[in-house]
Amino acid sequence: MNTASVSLGASVSSQSRVMQLAMAALLGIFVVGFVGFSHIDAVHNAAHDYRHSMAFPCH
Amino acid sequence: MNLFRNVVFVAAIAGLVAGVALACMQAYATVPLILKAEVYEKAGDGHHHDHATGANNNAMSSAAPADNAMSSAAPAPAEAAAPVEDEGWAPADGFERFAFNVVANIVTGIGFALILVAVSEFAGGIGNWRQGVFWGLAGFAVFTLAPGLGLPPELPAMPAAELLPRQVWWFSTVAATATGLGLIAFRRSLPLAILGVALIVAPHIVGAPQPDSFETAIPEGLHHQFVVAVTLTDLVFWLVLGVVVGVVRGRFTGTATSLRGSFA
Repeated sequence: MNTASVSLGASVSSQSRVMQLAMAALLGIFVVGFVGFSHIDAVHNAAHDYRHSMAFPCH
Repeated sequence: MNLFRNVVFVAAIAGLVAGVALACMQAYATVPLILKAEVYEKAGDGHHHDHATGANNNAMSSAAPADNAMSSAAPAPAEAAAPVEDEGWAPADGFERFAFNVVANIVTGIGFALILVAVSEFAGGIGNWRQGVFWGLAGFAVFTLAPGLGLPPELPAMPAAELLPRQVWWFSTVAATATGLGLIAFRRSLPLAILGVALIVAPHIVGAPQPDSFETAIPEGLHHQFVVAVTLTDLVFWLVLGVVVGVVRGRFTGTATSLRGSFA
């Protein structure tokens, strides 16, 4: 993972690399959390079938 | 922000493809079962409005669900059109509901892809479709299998414990299983591998929040069918997600072959 040629960001320092990957992962967790776990009724109802179909805790 | 942008780009393509694939599979495999269960849910809710009794419910569970839909819609057409939850806005049944499900699938597909791509980059990245298969299997184990052991996929109208404790258990189980798998796969040390197994097992020793009673109007056969459908559609979703990430990322970096020494 420290050979730059196989990475998606060829020329970033390792600290900035960790930061950017962590931000991407956090963004993903936020998106999944909002659609799948939000207690807002409208969000729940809109994604209702999805929540059941992904076995997310629902209702 | 070069790397971040690339991760988002790969994740967006993979999430879009896998999300659309999952939405199509759900339209055939899981959503029809949810709709069937909602007939029982509405029949059970009926006591607020038309005082359905337990005897009524028993009679209904032996009838075909389609008949139930008609018989419960006939006396109260307004209720049949109302959202299941009876709380706030909900997409109308039919195309609108299907469309929102597709959107939810794509958005969360991209969310899962962001997590998958970001985490796999720490381990060297998913270099080709074959590595994608393994990463997809890992994602399936972490996000579907492990939480599904304690909290099996549930249909509407099935009894369940309080929502928040279940969500907390779900999230903790996902985190512990992911950490455990990571320790086993990427740390070549026996004690850490044992710790990894312990992390995978621990949430199930603690146990998921369970309802006081498992009694439900939903037939066991319908629920079993749903558990199988959810598990299999999620498996295919994760495999597609991993494979597409591998293919797109491989084209992106052009170095797919130089990753032979890594995980897969």
